[in-house]
Amino acid sequence: MPLDQTRTGLSTTEEARRQIEICNACRYCEGYCSVFPAITLQRSFSDGDITQLANLCHNCRGCYYACQYTDPHEFQINLPKALAEARSESWERFAWPGAFSGLFQRSGVALAAALVVCFGLLFWAGQALRPESGEGFYAFLTHSVMVAIFMPAFLLPLFAISLGLRAYWREVGGMPVRLTHLTRAFSEAARLKDLSGGAAGGCNFEKEDRYTNVRRWHHQAVMYGFLLCFASTASATMLHYAFDMPAPYGLFSLPKLLGIPGGLLLALGGLGMAVLKTRGEKDLGAPALWGGEMAFVLLLFFTGASGLALYAASGSALVGVLLPVHLGAVLAFFLTAPYTKMVHGFFRLAALIRNAQMQE
Amino acid sequence: MSAKSEKVWDVVVVGGGNAALCAAIEAAEAGRSVIILEGAPKTYRGGNSRHTRNFRCMHRGPLSVLTDSYEEDEYFDDLIRVTKGNTDEELARLAIRTSEKCLPWMESHGVRFQPSLSGTLSLGRTNAFFLGGGKALVNAYYNTAADLGVEVVYEAQVTHVEIADGRFNAVEVEIAGGARQRIEGRAVVLASGGFQGDIDWLARAWGPAARNFLIRGTPYNRGVVLKDMLDQGADSVGDPTQCHAVAIDGRAPKFDGGIVTRLDCVPFSVVVNKNGERFYDEGEDVWPKRYAIWGRLVAAQPDQVAYSIIDSKSANLFMPSVFPAVEADTLEGLAEKMGLPAEKLRQTVDAFNAACREGTFHPTELDGLATEGVEPQKTNWARPISDPPFYGYSLRPGVTFTYLGLKVDETARVTMGGRKLENVWAAGEIMAGSILGEGYLAGFGMTIGTVFGRIAGQEAAKGAVRGENAHAA
Repeated sequence: MPLDQTRTGLSTTEEARRQIEICNACRYCEGYCSVFPAITLQRSFSDGDITQLANLCHNCRGCYYACQYTDPHEFQINLPKALAEARSESWERFAWPGAFSGLFQRSGVALAAALVVCFGLLFWAGQALRPESGEGFYAFLTHSVMVAIFMPAFLLPLFAISLGLRAYWREVGGMPVRLTHLTRAFSEAARLKDLSGGAAGGCNFEKEDRYTNVRRWHHQAVMYGFLLCFASTASATMLHYAFDMPAPYGLFSLPKLLGIPGGLLLALGGLGMAVLKTRGEKDLGAPALWGGEMAFVLLLFFTGASGLALYAASGSALVGVLLPVHLGAVLAFFLTAPYTKMVHGFFRLAALIRNAQMQE
Repeated sequence: MSAKSEKVWDVVVVGGGNAALCAAIEAAEAGRSVIILEGAPKTYRGGNSRHTRNFRCMHRGPLSVLTDSYEEDEYFDDLIRVTKGNTDEELARLAIRTSEKCLPWMESHGVRFQPSLSGTLSLGRTNAFFLGGGKALVNAYYNTAADLGVEVVYEAQVTHVEIADGRFNAVEVEIAGGARQRIEGRAVVLASGGFQGDIDWLARAWGPAARNFLIRGTPYNRGVVLKDMLDQGADSVGDPTQCHAVAIDGRAPKFDGGIVTRLDCVPFSVVVNKNGERFYDEGEDVWPKRYAIWGRLVAAQPDQVAYSIIDSKSANLFMPSVFPAVEADTLEGLAEKMGLPAEKLRQTVDAFNAACREGTFHPTELDGLATEGVEPQKTNWARPISDPPFYGYSLRPGVTFTYLGLKVDETARVTMGGRKLENVWAAGEIMAGSILGEGYLAGFGMTIGTVFGRIAGQEAAKGAVRGENAHAA
């Protein structure tokens, strides 16, 4: 009376549940990341539990290479893949408006097309709305035009993502958030604890069963690079409105002191992530998403690199070309954010907060 | 492959599990050229080591992840208890004493341990748990061996160890089912495991009942090298019917089910055979200690099958099982679903329930909540099976490894007709019967494999140099 453990006909969620139940009977991987201690809290797993576990997984692959039940074993365990697929399905389910769900996640071509459209828009704006006079960037596009384009391009995606997060929180049964949950979640995100492999001291992403910290470092370069760039823009906005100090800014100004290292980290980290992606085994992630993810990390790289190039070209005629290119990249990044890998950052943070609640 | 067979290797290691890898690493670190002949394909490399989880280790104070202390005498007493004295004290104490030095050696060769665990046996003092389990340990050793220049050949089934005048010269090996070839060496370490993967051999030793056993570990341990050595007159230890056998989920795969097939529900259940009759005290002792005896108990029942039955009170008291329990609202319904005689099961459970008495139930310790006036008695955790839904699991004997093996001395040297072979060493399950005559102690297989694997590798490295000099002279 052996039970049917073959994968035929199981939905993504059912397949993830089948594997998680086997993991819960084994528990050898307990020390790798947050997923396994979370599994041991339960004996049966609702669809919401699967969504939560899927978003808690950082695809480090430590559990896959340690697993005695991977293919060709009849249990056919490939938890990194099962959770990657459940994770991306959850993002598509939470995407608003639903019409865009999966568009940029699944297709690098769509993301590249969005980028080209945004370039076009910015070049058109630069040509058609070129001011009579202005200093620095504002010689090409006035501040008010930039705000008119980027304010909605920033707020609309944030609004869409917040709707998704609300749906996520409902599905995983989230409770009211307290400071201790936030402290724990942010501390884990800041260290990228779930890519550390616990005592293994690294993950198995790009070198099969050998452990390295390379992906963790590149990921953190991207994350901190992005945050620094964001802080740079925020500080410039503050200077502009609160202190009446419009751009351009010198090297020793807050926007540049934050933005230059931020751009460097974003560009190097993004490039590193792209290279690692070519080395990792495709079938331990969600193969259907590979192209979209690759396009996304390359967009991160391009955004950072074009920003640095723009700064390097300050005062030259190249600014006229580089400004719309860079702003086009930024615009494409923000507009597509609710439908690209970018949502990973938001849902992962939510998963860490929920996990902090469950571990109490 | 031709290059491998043209060369004379310093050390040929037969097998690719923990003991083989420890031997290969030691020999390579001593500067010898080493080839590992692993019978399994790469994805199944590591023998039973890929299913193990921990290493039992002596320590005189806190050591790495181990707390408190666990000294030689206590460790030895634990071993005596499970083997009922059926051990070689000198070799056992050597394994125990050397284990303390092995743990740091393991860490320095890539093995990672995990700090603390939930939901496992309470072994944080005596046993160090591998992060990721045995396959992660095996991966670490293969990487270390690769870095040391050890050559690894997968799907390499050694069919014959050439021994002439007390001396090893070469092995005959079939690689990936290809033609037989000779690989020459100056020393050999035999670490190719037991014979539990050969069901016919098990059936010769145990009788036809063995055909119903499940093999919990690797299917690649078929005892080919062990049999070849015994046929050539190598001295042996162990009883062919002795093995590490536990009662596992009856629905487990025939081979390679590993840890997840464990069932921890027995202490909270009544266990009946296919005739619906109880046959042993389910509450004899805390489960980890008694777990290992249930394989033999079930093996002695008709058709080598038993059924563990609990009610809703106990459903969440043990580790989750990999296959869901059979569930029914009535005992009769459960009997029907499990193919048991319903009326007989009802009588057995009624008699058991009537023998239960009032008392305090403590799931995690011996609570003395025993039956009165029923045979066999249940001496702990005896609560009536009365609250629906009822749950049932089938049990079958699951063999992890066999104990019949080669006799070795304290240098892991193999003997033939009472004479030491000049350049043949053995490590791991192929010689574990020298120390584990019967019973089992969690994590001790890894201790034997690591200790004797390292000794065999060091000795073979020295032996290979002597062999070289002898040839040169």
